[in-house]
Amino acid sequence: MIFAIARTALTALRRDRGALALSFILPVAFFTIFAVIFGGRRDTTPKISVIVVDEDHSRASQQLVKGLGEESLFVKTRPAPKRGVEQPEYTSASAEAAVKAGSAPVALIIPRGFGENPISFGSAQQHSTIQLLKDSSDMVAPQVITGLLQKVAMTAMPDAMAAQGSKYMDKYAGGFTPEQRKRIETGLEELRNRDSSRTSGVETHQDANAGMPISVTARDVVGENKNNPMVSFYAAAIGVMFLLFTASSAGGSLLDEAESGTLDRVLSSRITMGTLLAGKLCYCSLLAFSQLVLMFVWAWAVFKLDFIPHLAGFVIMGLCTAFAVAAFGMLLASTCRTRAQLGPLSTLVILIMSSVGGSMFPRFLMPEAMQKAGLLTINAWAIDGFTKVFWRDEPIAHLWQQVLVLLVSGIFFFLVARRLARRWEYS
Amino acid sequence: MTSAPVVPAPVSALPLHIEALVKRFGELTAVDGISLELNGAECLGLLGPNGAGKSTLIRSIVGRVIPQAGKVLVFGAPADSVGARMALGWVPQDLALYPRLTCRENLEAFGRYHGLRRAALATAVEWCLNWAGLADRARDTVASFSGGMKRRLNMAAGLIHRPKVILMDEPTVGVDPQSRNRIFEMIETLRDQGISMIYTTHYMEEAERLCDRIAIIDHGRIIALGTKEELVRNAFASRSEVFARFGTSDASVVAWVRERGGVFDNGTARFTIEHATEIAGLLDDAANAGHELVDVSLRKPNLESVFLHWTGRELRD
Repeated sequence: MIFAIARTALTALRRDRGALALSFILPVAFFTIFAVIFGGRRDTTPKISVIVVDEDHSRASQQLVKGLGEESLFVKTRPAPKRGVEQPEYTSASAEAAVKAGSAPVALIIPRGFGENPISFGSAQQHSTIQLLKDSSDMVAPQVITGLLQKVAMTAMPDAMAAQGSKYMDKYAGGFTPEQRKRIETGLEELRNRDSSRTSGVETHQDANAGMPISVTARDVVGENKNNPMVSFYAAAIGVMFLLFTASSAGGSLLDEAESGTLDRVLSSRITMGTLLAGKLCYCSLLAFSQLVLMFVWAWAVFKLDFIPHLAGFVIMGLCTAFAVAAFGMLLASTCRTRAQLGPLSTLVILIMSSVGGSMFPRFLMPEAMQKAGLLTINAWAIDGFTKVFWRDEPIAHLWQQVLVLLVSGIFFFLVARRLARRWEYS
Repeated sequence: MTSAPVVPAPVSALPLHIEALVKRFGELTAVDGISLELNGAECLGLLGPNGAGKSTLIRSIVGRVIPQAGKVLVFGAPADSVGARMALGWVPQDLALYPRLTCRENLEAFGRYHGLRRAALATAVEWCLNWAGLADRARDTVASFSGGMKRRLNMAAGLIHRPKVILMDEPTVGVDPQSRNRIFEMIETLRDQGISMIYTTHYMEEAERLCDRIAIIDHGRIIALGTKEELVRNAFASRSEVFARFGTSDASVVAWVRERGGVFDNGTARFTIEHATEIAGLLDDAANAGHELVDVSLRKPNLESVFLHWTGRELRD
């Protein structure tokens, strides 16, 4: 009897392609995505982009830059070439602008005079301080870079470490004899000529005043006045994901109407399929926009999001996102033949899009290839746009890329949906 | 009952003219060269079993199916023209309603789809509510309605734009006898107002009660067309039917029935006779052949008989 019940359920499952997809394809797809995000690395340090501006050009600063380049970082000293033309090296101003624009989460400015006193065993006033400019929406990168900076000081600049140590001893231990000075100098020379050994274990610190060899002063250049760094990101990220579900469900009303015969009746009136789909698109867009409004107003009321000053940017991004999402919902609905098909398909597609597109996990923490793959999703473009508005305080004109992509993709989705909907027009 | 504004009908001779209509779905020919005319203020019944092609014919008229051949004219205008769409009203077999909307909201929605606005829409909605006897339930959602009420609203939604020609596709399917009578009264009201109608059904009693003419349709073809009397006369002339039920249904009984020109089905033989006195001869012959007769009855032929006569099958097969 028990076997009979199990057998019946198994037969039913075998015939239900949607349930099969949810049971077996979705978990594997999700596992693959997260394995690529988190499991693709061979070390524990995330590969982070960092802009380095060497204003000192001393031996010590060059050793430091070289050492950072040998760590698991993408060290950028100049912007990517434009139309094959090499760009000038970053300055402190252009590096700050680049962090503000989201080109990298962190920039390190090695000041002039750094090479004279690169290592500190005392207060920060006695030596040069490296400036760390950061985007506070990325809470991981500044910590990692500060830590790696200290590590590199130990591993890539042994001569500077030893020289600074001997200076310290000379000053506070009563001075070296000429013989001692000679031996120390010989040892330092050997160190200068030797490749750095690779040892780690340096803990991350924000400030060299806390006792670390390199003094670092961190400064937020993006989001420094924000009340809650990640609220706007998650309002957009979670919002878009749920918008997709809402739009797919609302688009599914087309399937309900087709199944009940209401669609036939509507199309026998003066309403054409084009008008009907346009009406549905309008409804889905308004619904999605209302949902976004609710989400951001809630974030404003409860989490002190700076909503009112960014209202114009929000409306532009909100409408474009709602339009693209609504059109995508209609595309999903018109791809399916029944509501029963739509449920599993939309769950599968939306969850995958949301994970790759950054709704579940910020894209800047993903491997580069995955970040690029994310650009194939509505989520990524919408989140980028909202981030520009709420986080980077960028002017509305800077949203043109996101607006263009969302509008064009929305139109494309709608046209494909219209084409697929031809099957309902006549038989 | 208030009278709603009537959409001006295109000036032409016949409300509906169908000529050599053919519709195939793959290998299946659902409508096989049907030609038909609907006269003014006439109720034409399409009587046939399930799958005969009735609904496909209706859907072709209303433009939901594109036929491979033939033409459909509504008051002389092609069926896909705006004029034809406004002149045609369609009551589909399915309950084509928005379940979460109220009765009134449904009517308003379909009215708007037909281009009605403001006062015209309000008047049309009131007319429909009264006609369907749903005025007191206007604010209730359709999901809370009984099957009969949903059917009535389904009909009303097809009439919201007050068409001159109405196509009713089995409007009484799944309805209890009381609701069915209510629907018959609604249809009779329309007939009295001079509306032309095509009424499809596989219930012969509905066709007999409501229709001026009846087209019997099977396998996509019209096999007989006329008034009930004409259909019976053409099939049976003045003959009557005799039904004889036998004690057994063995092969000898079936063979005996066939020898006598009858049809045997489900333990009952059916014969046609010119005069009632011929029954005695039948009974004698059966007794002489050793077949036990349980019951014998005489009946004037009806539409069921006509259908059986032309197709050799029961209407509800």
